[in-house]
Amino acid sequence: MATLSPIQRRRLNNFTANRRGFWSLWIFLVLFGLSLCAELIANDKPLVVSYHGDWYFPVIQQVPEETFGGFLPTEADYRDDFIAGEIESNGWMLWPPIRFSYNTINYDLTVPSPAPPSAENWLGTDDQGRDVAARVIYGFRISVLFGLTLTIASSIVGVAVGALQGYYGGKIDLFGQRFIEIWSGLPMLYLLIILSSIVQPNFWWLLGIMLLFSWMGLVDVVRAEFLRARNFEYVKAARALGLDNRRIMFRHILPNAMVATLTFMPFILTGAITGLTSLDFLGFGLPSGSPSLGELIAQGKANLHAPWLGISAFVSLAVMLTLLVFVGEAVRDAFDPRKN
Amino acid sequence: MSDLLSISDLSITFDNGPRVVDGLSLSIDKGQTLALVGESGSGKSVSALSILRLLDERHAAYPAGQILYKGEDLLQAKEKRLRQIRGRHISMIFQEPMTSLNPLHTVEKQIGETLELHKGMRGPQARKRCLELLELVGIPAPETRLTSYPHQLSGGQKQRVMIAMALANEPDLLIADEPTTALDVTVQKQVLELLKSLQQKLRMAVLLITHDLSIVRRYADYVVVMERGKMVEQGATEALFRSPSHTYTRKLIDAEPPEHPLPAANGTETLMTVDNVNVHFPIRKTLLGKVKESFHAVQDASFELRAGETLGIVGESGSGKTTLGHALLKLTPSTGQFSLCGTELSALSQKAFRPWRRRVQIVFQDPFGSLSPRMSVEEIIREGLEIHEPGSSGQHEARVIQALEDVGLDPDARHRYPHEFSGGQRQRIAIARALVLQPDLMILDEPTSALDRTVQKQVIELLREIQARYRLSYIFISHDLAVVRALSHKLLVLRQGRIVEYGDAETIFREPQQPYTRELLNAAFFYQSTTN
Repeated sequence: MATLSPIQRRRLNNFTANRRGFWSLWIFLVLFGLSLCAELIANDKPLVVSYHGDWYFPVIQQVPEETFGGFLPTEADYRDDFIAGEIESNGWMLWPPIRFSYNTINYDLTVPSPAPPSAENWLGTDDQGRDVAARVIYGFRISVLFGLTLTIASSIVGVAVGALQGYYGGKIDLFGQRFIEIWSGLPMLYLLIILSSIVQPNFWWLLGIMLLFSWMGLVDVVRAEFLRARNFEYVKAARALGLDNRRIMFRHILPNAMVATLTFMPFILTGAITGLTSLDFLGFGLPSGSPSLGELIAQGKANLHAPWLGISAFVSLAVMLTLLVFVGEAVRDAFDPRKN
Repeated sequence: MSDLLSISDLSITFDNGPRVVDGLSLSIDKGQTLALVGESGSGKSVSALSILRLLDERHAAYPAGQILYKGEDLLQAKEKRLRQIRGRHISMIFQEPMTSLNPLHTVEKQIGETLELHKGMRGPQARKRCLELLELVGIPAPETRLTSYPHQLSGGQKQRVMIAMALANEPDLLIADEPTTALDVTVQKQVLELLKSLQQKLRMAVLLITHDLSIVRRYADYVVVMERGKMVEQGATEALFRSPSHTYTRKLIDAEPPEHPLPAANGTETLMTVDNVNVHFPIRKTLLGKVKESFHAVQDASFELRAGETLGIVGESGSGKTTLGHALLKLTPSTGQFSLCGTELSALSQKAFRPWRRRVQIVFQDPFGSLSPRMSVEEIIREGLEIHEPGSSGQHEARVIQALEDVGLDPDARHRYPHEFSGGQRQRIAIARALVLQPDLMILDEPTSALDRTVQKQVIELLREIQARYRLSYIFISHDLAVVRALSHKLLVLRQGRIVEYGDAETIFREPQQPYTRELLNAAFFYQSTTN
């Protein structure tokens, strides 16, 4: 960090000067960091078990039920009254703050599911008796991870295609642009519907299909930047020095194009998250049972008498997207050459 | 006070920073031409803009001083009053005719706008006045030009339209901010002569802002010299030129480049031969990519260059001089042959040519655009070394230091970034980048055009010195004949892509054979011929 160029230092200052974006970034990072440790926050297994003086860590190891006086060689169900009582009488166990994982069904509900918020289920349960708070935490994580992966992958593809088109120009550019025009006319949703009838779409399938279409967003800006920069005198000077095309593109032009790319990134990220959420909402997204905010919204719509479903999903999505947009605005400020 | 405009003790600051103009006082009388001279950054343009209060007042402030126009203090005037004065009593011509005209309006509309605003003229009446004005500024066939858009006019014509707009309401004072800097020498002369005759006809006062002292000497009655915001000297033109009292003024006057190049190194081996090089730019293509129509940028260029010698290439803008330079570097595709040290280069592919690039280097015109802003000076200079001479970073560093010393820069400067340097220093960095590869030939594409006269002279001295030390050959491309004369042993005059004249520089400067060369020399040196 000691070798920040003056331009970068000015950008960093501009970024921190936008207090809203600066704090949004920190809040987002904290939330994202917490959600990465979702297993330690919301789980149906205790963090630590002490039984007859022996220590077990069920979150990271599988402990068979036999160990705690059960009969089955399969993993212990710590929520089972018998096992819990056995452990409690011969030691103790430390539970995470939320005693449900995203797919744990609470069979002890006193009211029919969806159950309203209570001391046990902070945000209530959904219509299958699963804890909403746990599902929101896991859903947040999967949304952000999906968004980040998609953003990075589509940025790499988009920058590469835009760079090639802009730098070489001519026929490559002409045919590339026409291809993009045709390609962007393909209906992504139909493709997904057709696909979901052939395979069971999982995280990677969805990523791949959305990537097929999302890389085009960056091509135009990067291409324009390369078209402009290839006639800059310092690029000509680099060519006169004998640099090969690859080096010129990477060292001399790409840093220019990165400004546009980085400015766009937070917005691509929000787009990716919304994309995944809407697919889940329509039922063409992640396989059933996986924690997803879109599925939670769909449940909220189906169970209007249980407002905690819709409200939880809405608040978590709204907070996440707002934070990202604020961060995006700050990044845009940071790269604005007219700000000083 | 009888003066038309008098400025006393004017100071200007931006954002409460240091004073960019500090204690400027001057006065102009009717019919007088006052020249405000100084290098870039001396505050001359800022002072001129302040007269009409055109500076952005969210940032600019006037801590002291008065600007009296016919006894009225413009610094205290209300915006409404200023709008009456602007364009009617005091008008202004800007430096860059390309961007000073609105590209979406016709000539008639642009001129008509000020007429309507200040005199309420409209329709046929305004049209008649527009025609008069265009005639006055010497635009041929003014009827047909009324409906032209700026892009259909040449640079000189645009500047004439600007002048017509400025004169539309017969102002008392015309502020001309570097009115000819962006123009070719021949056009420059025409525009200046036009201004002078118009001034006499209309009895205007002219405030001429320029860095070019030869213009001042011929056109100004009175001179004010500024250095870093402070006025260092003022006086009547002839007296000031004859006996400048301040060292800075003397430095400015002495900044005329030397008249002759250093004698070329002995030895007659030919470094480069160029034979019938042609460059075409396609304008229209058929669907299959066959060229239907093309622009012939360079036609049948042939010349020879010896080791240690300089070839000057001169011509107006659009004459193909830069294109020719780029063609020799294979930055632009061309046909024809050229060879270096007997090796045919024109036939080589880009890849095969790459090892040769170290032997032919280029320095560009714009020292601000030719250095990558994200790389430190050391990275910029060593980049070529890394490609052509893989070696340890210690060796490279030594070479970088050597190159910086060769161009007269402090080697410690290598860790800084280009934006921390002035224009002249940046140009030195660009020269160091070319020099570090120890080339045989350097193509210098207007390397001094973006620099102040005094800096220009230093760069020329540097180029002369390096040439003598390393026995380099130069191809020196420029529109500035005074600079070309200081370096060139051979001269090549280009016009619309064709070679008009080619031969020994000394001979051509003394007795040009072609009428075009004569015209060019005349326009470039007539200031001296009238004053010497």
